[in-house]
Amino acid sequence: MSNIIKKYFDKIRPNFEEGGKLQSLHSVFEGMETFLLIPNSTASNGVSIHDSIDSKRIMSMVVIALIPALLFGMYNIGYQNYLAAGVEGSFIEMFAYGFLQLLPKIVVSYLVGLGIEFIFAQVKHEEIQEGYLVTGLMMPLILPINCPLWMMAIAIAFSVILVKELFGGTGMNIFNVALAARAFLFFSYPTKMSGDAVWIANNQIFGLGNTLPDTYTQATPLGVVGGGSDITTSLQDMVVGLIPGSVGETSVIAIAIGAVILLWTGIASWKTMLSVFVGGALTAWAFSVLDMTPITWYEHLFLGGFCFGAVFMATDPVTSARTETGKYIYGFLIGFFAILIRVLNPGYPEGMMLAILLMNIFAALIDYFVVDHNISMRAKRTIKK
Amino acid sequence: MPMAKEIKLRKGLDIRLKGVANPVKKKPTTQKVFAVVPDDFYGIKPKVTVHEGDKVLVGDALFVSKQNEELKVVSPVSGVIERINRGERRKVLSIEIVSDGKQEAKDFGKKSVQDMDAASVKAFLLETGMFAFMKMRPYDVTAVPTDEPKAIFVSAFSKMPLSADFSFVVKGQETCFLKGLEALSKIAKVYLGISPEQKGLFDSVSKDVEVTIFDGPNPSGNVGVQINHLSPVNKGEVVWTIGAEEVIFIGRVVLTGKVDLTRTIAVAGSEVKEPVYVDTPIGIAVKDLLAGNLKKQDHVRIINGNPLVGSKTNIDGYLGAKVTEVCVIPEGDDIDEVLGWIRPRFNQFSVNRSYFSWLQGKKSYDLDARIKGGQRHIIMSGEYDRVFPMDIFAGYLIKAILVGDIDRMEQLGIYEVAPEDFAVAEFVDSSKLELQRIVREGLDMLRKEMS
Repeated sequence: MSNIIKKYFDKIRPNFEEGGKLQSLHSVFEGMETFLLIPNSTASNGVSIHDSIDSKRIMSMVVIALIPALLFGMYNIGYQNYLAAGVEGSFIEMFAYGFLQLLPKIVVSYLVGLGIEFIFAQVKHEEIQEGYLVTGLMMPLILPINCPLWMMAIAIAFSVILVKELFGGTGMNIFNVALAARAFLFFSYPTKMSGDAVWIANNQIFGLGNTLPDTYTQATPLGVVGGGSDITTSLQDMVVGLIPGSVGETSVIAIAIGAVILLWTGIASWKTMLSVFVGGALTAWAFSVLDMTPITWYEHLFLGGFCFGAVFMATDPVTSARTETGKYIYGFLIGFFAILIRVLNPGYPEGMMLAILLMNIFAALIDYFVVDHNISMRAKRTIKK
Repeated sequence: MPMAKEIKLRKGLDIRLKGVANPVKKKPTTQKVFAVVPDDFYGIKPKVTVHEGDKVLVGDALFVSKQNEELKVVSPVSGVIERINRGERRKVLSIEIVSDGKQEAKDFGKKSVQDMDAASVKAFLLETGMFAFMKMRPYDVTAVPTDEPKAIFVSAFSKMPLSADFSFVVKGQETCFLKGLEALSKIAKVYLGISPEQKGLFDSVSKDVEVTIFDGPNPSGNVGVQINHLSPVNKGEVVWTIGAEEVIFIGRVVLTGKVDLTRTIAVAGSEVKEPVYVDTPIGIAVKDLLAGNLKKQDHVRIINGNPLVGSKTNIDGYLGAKVTEVCVIPEGDDIDEVLGWIRPRFNQFSVNRSYFSWLQGKKSYDLDARIKGGQRHIIMSGEYDRVFPMDIFAGYLIKAILVGDIDRMEQLGIYEVAPEDFAVAEFVDSSKLELQRIVREGLDMLRKEMS
């Protein structure tokens, strides 16, 4: 098997080398080759042996961790549609409907994002970086299902170019790429990103699902709370995730499975993740003691994008704090600001996205103080002598 | 001896490889051509003092340092200078000596250490060529004889994979080792770092030597780690370090008056038929050292040193002056793995639990030299710190070096580190950066700036 692939690549390689017919696609060629075959280049200096971990493996693990939320999201798209229409549907029908709704978004997300990555890799003569594999799958999961494809495509282009590649690519970006794209949409097309008309898929696909009237509205539980009404959602629905919301954010259980994968493989920091929950819980608890929010502290954690943000976004190693002490502070403040924005800001019922983006800015500052402490201890050591 | 202080270290990583040397000492069957490589004495600009065709004894100078002609490197064998190999801009690559097999040595006269002071010990080490084995922090280069070090550090163990076990190497040579330590203690305070298994092994050490037990995974045997915990190097301070086996060299010349650069080299690795220890003077040709002991000739990597801090060599190379083992592992350049990044890869080692090393306990691995991934920007955080048992932010120091910010390198503690301290971090790095090279360049940058 490996021989056949290797021979094939060796055969077509000349086309992609300097002067070849397809030279302009050499980054794509290399990308495909390293995707299929582990490069057998060996170390020339430094250590002669290497750990088998690499960034492809890490990014694949995050993708795997996202799959429960993705699958549940597909089912929930169907479930919400059938529920809204008052039509009985089988599990298969609901899931297939959700699958067909979401598939174009995943395809477009990868086409646009990876396309841009390929172009940049080509221009910079670098290998294609894997970071977008994660961003590309996250993108459809953090948007309302009714967000148009073209909008998502524009937001991804904006984010990958301006937020990531201009800063130097994966590893150098200050803001979480997927969240920056979401923020772009949130401020550019607010009517397609929040409110009460965007959360339930409302058209038929291949005879599946139900067409809902244009006037049909259904707010998310947080939207209901933000509007000043009491929510009727059961705790069980919140945890299982059978509520309206962005595609991947609703199921606490599905996200928890992802969290276990990320923590077990050590890809997400438990310090960051735990601190987000602690920060959010304490803040929400304080507000509910002060009677400023009608829902309990744990409902705050279960609803909206809190869990998804805490597990998949806050722990992004590139944009979060990098020092171990810094991770506690960084995570805690994300939880704090997310609830603060939810409760005190009358305009937005949700605060997770803004809290994480805000802390992305401050991550470097937090680290600065942690590292500076080490520096001043070292400086004092000299003086003490 | 008072109870030795024990320091526990949590950070680090022990990597178990197949082919650890069995505790058996052998001698090479043939040994003819030897070579001394000036680059092994990093920091010395060599001025060759012999000519092709000259006869030399063991202990005769081969080259001296241009900066300080008292600092010299001597011949490990007696015989005739065969060739002086030069590279670009007449850089001396190696000095080849054909051994006459007699090992006749120049007599420097026995010394009685208790009657000597710092200056006379230093002078004796310079005269006999032993001083060239001394290294210094900062910069991790050959020590400068005119410096006044605040301490001298010796580590009696290494936790690097496949490394020679000094407890075995020192057997039968304890007197020389202790005498060498005693001589060094005349120059500055000597710290000896030992592993928990070595408790009691050096109980009769001179009272001027402070023994500390370091209990922790690799790289707890690195002098750099030990310095960081006992007497960290501040700006303006100098600490000297020397390999434990080189302390034996010093002991021998003190006790006998004759130089004897014979080491007990561990020949190890999964591509070695019979992993054993070999007694040989430094500089032996690799083909003599490995004669008949290789499983195969192609697609193997021969390493001067261990797989983490050693340097790549080949069958035509020579044993490095400061290495304690020679390892042979598969090169891996003939292996093509399909979709390796997502397969379980049960036979590969990783600290990451997306692989299954964590399930396999103390299994030994047969790792090859593939990098197994593309180079990336630093993506993950805290990877280096988990295997870096020093009070230093390794990732931040690396970044400071990459951008060439000298002030920041100083602030972050570059004076305390050597490339070898980053070896385990380089192994686990998912971004596959060449950390040891980066640190070496940082140290060179700083040294140039300060001189």
